[in-house]
Amino acid sequence: MISYPKIIPASDSALIVYFGDIISYDLHRKVFILTKYLIDNPKNDIINIHPAYNSVMVSIEPSSRLSKTQEYLNKIIHDIDNIEIANEISEVEIPVVYGGEFGPDLDKVAKHCGLSIDEVIKQHSSAEYLVYFIGFSIGFPYLGGMDNSLATPRLEIPRKSVPKGAVAIAGSQTGIYPLSSPGGWNLIGRTPNSIFNVDNPKESMLKMGDILRFKSINTEEYEATFL
Amino acid sequence: MSLIVLKPGLQSTIQDLGRYNYSHFGISASGAADPLSLKIGNLIVGNKESASAIEMTIIGGEFQFDSECYIAIAGSEFEASLDNNYITNQKAIDVKKGQILSFGQAKTGARAYLCIQGGIDVDNYLSSKSTHILSGIGGYLGQPISKGDILSFGINKNSIKPIIFRQLLDMNTSKIRIISGLQSNFFDDKAWSSFISNPFTVSNSSNRMGIRLDGNKILSNIESEIITEGVPLGAIQVPGSGDPIISFVEHQTTGGYPKIANVIIADIHKVGQLKPGDKFQFNLVSKEEAEELRLEQMSFIKNLKNND
Repeated sequence: MISYPKIIPASDSALIVYFGDIISYDLHRKVFILTKYLIDNPKNDIINIHPAYNSVMVSIEPSSRLSKTQEYLNKIIHDIDNIEIANEISEVEIPVVYGGEFGPDLDKVAKHCGLSIDEVIKQHSSAEYLVYFIGFSIGFPYLGGMDNSLATPRLEIPRKSVPKGAVAIAGSQTGIYPLSSPGGWNLIGRTPNSIFNVDNPKESMLKMGDILRFKSINTEEYEATFL
Repeated sequence: MSLIVLKPGLQSTIQDLGRYNYSHFGISASGAADPLSLKIGNLIVGNKESASAIEMTIIGGEFQFDSECYIAIAGSEFEASLDNNYITNQKAIDVKKGQILSFGQAKTGARAYLCIQGGIDVDNYLSSKSTHILSGIGGYLGQPISKGDILSFGINKNSIKPIIFRQLLDMNTSKIRIISGLQSNFFDDKAWSSFISNPFTVSNSSNRMGIRLDGNKILSNIESEIITEGVPLGAIQVPGSGDPIISFVEHQTTGGYPKIANVIIADIHKVGQLKPGDKFQFNLVSKEEAEELRLEQMSFIKNLKNND
């Protein structure tokens, strides 16, 4: 019988807090509160925070003991339901040009899903997505909420370069490339918006906990926004 | 005061001890692959242990100095000369204006640090000078240095007394110590025994993000993927292929492969000295021992500063 939350060493200088063993909005809320609390109340021993779906991992300063941070985290999670944090959740609308040169894999996704191109666009731009966390690589948002009818396997051969702002699907996930990088996701569109602020990540357009919608735009609107 | 890069070497980057407090934006710490050697090199020239230096990998570079300065080379031993006179590691060297410092191949290990009094002066990006090659940030234009680059140094003069370092560091990379990982129970006794009793070979596709290993396949008897969660430095992830990967200084901040084990922090510097083709074995220790070894290593550096 495992009871949550639980805190266990992830390495000899990291601890992980598990709030459960599924992906859910309820667990996300706890992950969000603990992450926000740790960011807003910086403590010297904690040098990095890695939020994810159902867990938050922290790395500690190498000359500190794990037990000290473990006690600290224990106190916080014991009282987590009473922690009040400033509500900075935004609803963000991301304009996207779907298809064409902006989304070279849109046809492939439509064929794979047995839908028309318009149906894919409609489905993708009508859902509401939650930014579970930013992770994996620089500025990458983990989004939840894509309808399973759009699930499409990754490319067999990843592209050497995917442009910044590419909107893509891999398996049952959808995502946005925050910066130009190599990538194996199916590109269905592109946004002119900069979702990640490299110079000042704290001021990024898209943050953990935000609610996101995609809005279909045409190329003229894209050019206008881009300028 | 500056130097010009005449030859960059195989992959030379500006590194300090890393960039912290940004992993919740997907930015891992980066920093020196062999932090212990960087610290010692810095202390020898009277820098703070965290000052920025040039990290060279397997084949070193060639640099010409436009002014006099103190330098030290730390880490693995490379063929090295100053105006054709051989020089050795872990000693303060007085460089004169116009002299050329040349490095050849690594004779042992993989990485050496060129530490210069006052540190390498590039802009801080998010409070650190470390290059994160995969993110394209930090250091000099977010990438390894190239021929013709001019790097300033010596701005952050500080009054720390240089140390004299005469000890031999344990750089033996044939054994890397580990503790069990978050998903160690995904691997049965047979997989575990294969994991710790057979040697692995460092693959050619290794880099600062991950050290990829070839050897016996290690297969999970539960699942080959988990719900994505935080990845600590040194985590040994095992993808479905069965070939383990040591998450290194530029690791992904989160990942979905089970983690069989974790390299102990006190041995991270040894991982930084592994090069493709090297063979080594993992050696399991307890979590308590790992923490004591880490704290010992931290006090070792602290004592070097205080005793001199």
